[in-house]
Amino acid sequence: MEQARSRALDAGVSPRERARFAVRRTVNLVMAGLVGLAALIGVAVMLFILGYVLVQGWQALSPTFFSQSAQPLDFDAKGQPIAGSGGGVLMSILGSLLILGLAALISIPLGLLAGMYLSEYGHGKFAFLVRYVADVMTGIPSIVTGVFVWSLVVITTGHFSAWAGALALSIIMVPIITRTVEEILRLVPNALREASYALGVPQWRTIVKVVLPSAASGVITGIVLAVARAGGETAPLLLTVLGNEAINWNPSQPTDALPLRIYDYATQPYAVRIEQAWGASFILIMVILVFSLLTRIATKGKKVG
Amino acid sequence: MDNTQIKEAPQDASAEGYNTPVATGGKSMEIRNLKAYYGSYLAISDVNMEIQPNKVTALIGPSGCGKSTLIRCLNRMHEVTPGAPRVEGEVLLDGQNIYAPSADPVKVRRLIGMVFQKPNPFPTMSISENVLAGIKLNSGRLNHAQAAEIVEQSLHRAALWDEVKDKLGKSGASLSGGQQQRLCIARTIAVNPEVILMDEPCSALDPIATLKIEELIEELKAQYTIIIVTHNMQQASRASDFTAFMLAQDGPGHLVEFGPTQQIFTRPTQKRTEDYITGRFG
Amino acid sequence: MPARPTFERELRDLQDELLVMSSMVDKAISRSIEALKNRDLGLARLVVSDDQKVNDKRFEIEEKCILITATQAPLASDLRTIVAVLNVITDLERMADHCVGIAKIAIMTGNEPPLKPLIDIPRMAEQSRSMLRRAMDAFVARDVAAANAVANEDDIVDQLYDQVYRELLTFMLNDPRTIDRATHLLWVAHNLERIGDRVTNICERVNFLVTGRMEEYKAAKQV
Repeated sequence: MEQARSRALDAGVSPRERARFAVRRTVNLVMAGLVGLAALIGVAVMLFILGYVLVQGWQALSPTFFSQSAQPLDFDAKGQPIAGSGGGVLMSILGSLLILGLAALISIPLGLLAGMYLSEYGHGKFAFLVRYVADVMTGIPSIVTGVFVWSLVVITTGHFSAWAGALALSIIMVPIITRTVEEILRLVPNALREASYALGVPQWRTIVKVVLPSAASGVITGIVLAVARAGGETAPLLLTVLGNEAINWNPSQPTDALPLRIYDYATQPYAVRIEQAWGASFILIMVILVFSLLTRIATKGKKVG
Repeated sequence: MDNTQIKEAPQDASAEGYNTPVATGGKSMEIRNLKAYYGSYLAISDVNMEIQPNKVTALIGPSGCGKSTLIRCLNRMHEVTPGAPRVEGEVLLDGQNIYAPSADPVKVRRLIGMVFQKPNPFPTMSISENVLAGIKLNSGRLNHAQAAEIVEQSLHRAALWDEVKDKLGKSGASLSGGQQQRLCIARTIAVNPEVILMDEPCSALDPIATLKIEELIEELKAQYTIIIVTHNMQQASRASDFTAFMLAQDGPGHLVEFGPTQQIFTRPTQKRTEDYITGRFG
Repeated sequence: MPARPTFERELRDLQDELLVMSSMVDKAISRSIEALKNRDLGLARLVVSDDQKVNDKRFEIEEKCILITATQAPLASDLRTIVAVLNVITDLERMADHCVGIAKIAIMTGNEPPLKPLIDIPRMAEQSRSMLRRAMDAFVARDVAAANAVANEDDIVDQLYDQVYRELLTFMLNDPRTIDRATHLLWVAHNLERIGDRVTNICERVNFLVTGRMEEYKAAKQV
């Protein structure tokens, strides 16, 4: 007993054991360092992208950039485009909002209900199928989605439209929302459902009034993530909304969108346009950032548990 | 606790069929040839028991003997358990079979309330909202005065009122474990059940909180029939009037011995009961 | 290996202590009668002083019972064992007090010539001792039949007591000068009769220990 204790604590251990202890301590330190470094790199990349985009697009971010739609470039005597000319991207911002709004309108109820189905009712083969399809759909390349909607909607209706874009984005958003909502609702302790059942509350009321509110913050986060993901998509919009130099509020008409505009301007030979593409990129990132920040703040403290 | 005051409370507060909790008196239950399955697995077999009204009946037995399954069969909670649950046999509440094809499980659960092992107040609701949950979640409409009355009386009966009366708006999660469990009891009482089932209600509580719950059970049995699952032999011997010993040796869980608690704990008739309660099981 | 080794050892120890106490009482009966028969005042005083040891033993066992109850939460047969032990030690302690009563009479009558040679009284004592030993054996063996048989033998003690009583009554009627000594002997016989009753109590406890039923032999017999 005495011996065992002194062996465990005393400095009188064998050199070999002491060496082993030193190694263990070093390994621990190194691992902790690596983990911290990885985390730091993650944050650094994000800050770097933001900073780089800001530096590159700084000159484009003038008040007119936010308040005007696209204008033709002005050229000087040498045939070079004049800095600050070419209007703004207001039509893209509003267009993005319109398309995302429509897409959210379609996909949030659909994804929410499908997620609720999978989490609360889905036990059989059909649920397995739904879950499987949703997983596959999240992996479909977005350009394929674009082509699909193009051939299905644009071709049949005969014109590009915000609706078509919204539909394409919905195809991307629904499976994301479905699976996130399912996972989040599964995290709600079964004890809460049972408590509700035991009070004589039917299942659907239990889901709507107990399960969903308990998971509200997670569900909203999932939706925001889906919206953010869709907000940055370019490929499906390319083939569905086409783009529009002017502000458009009619969902049946071709509409502009930020990613689309970025893509368009970035491929132009003029430095002014490329600068505007950077500026638009910055706006896109900021919109998503602010959006997720706002939902974070709004749902703060409403956690399960 | 001033129980008499609660009993004499005005009863005109009914709205949409919801009354303030009044002493309706517990009802008897009878279990006939009950079998419970998970898929094809027979968890409990051929349980027959008569549960006396306004008495506390304790279910004891080693882990996995099916006592929790049995208690969950008594208010049709077994069928919302994962794992393809199924029940055969009859459970009569005051002579009526709760497994009759016409019996609505949702209604059954309003008559036979349940308190769980882990206190589970609704985390998104305040203390008073928790008490009213059974009514509100069923879209029962209450005016402010009625709601306040139900909250106060239910909390009184659950021996929690004095501790929480100044913070009814706070989250139920802010209470201690024992208080949370009494809140859950208040929540159950608020829907006016006739029987209260308790599935190891004290297993997550410290000894003092446990004793408070036991005292509460003693008081509640004047108005409700109580069935309690417990791992704590002392609790069963202290808090119950009848004790049922279940075992799942070499087969599905079944009733080994059922009788007055006093007899079970001083002179059980079955060797296996004796071995279990004297701690010489297995 | 038993399921609760500590608890079972404690219960075994408790029973051993009980047997020690019963043999102390057994010795006290035998010594008190010896002292009376042989007018051995020293032995009689020893019985009186040894009673303290019996009392100490009784409290020692009682405390053990309390400790086991508090720490091991005995139930069913374990609980009955503890309760039975608590009751039996009370009976044993009272039996020892009866022995003290006999020893004190021995001391009181020490100088007087004996009224008559003692025959039935030592027989009563022997009968009581035998019953006590067998009652304790029945206790240890949890043997209800043996306990019932021992309890039935209490009749023998009672008969001897009646016999002694009648005999002493005859002495007193024939010669009032013997009243003093005869009364003393009557007390002795009465003490022994009480000891026999106490043994019956122990037998009742054996019954309770095994069956959990609390029944009195005497009540049934007297009706």
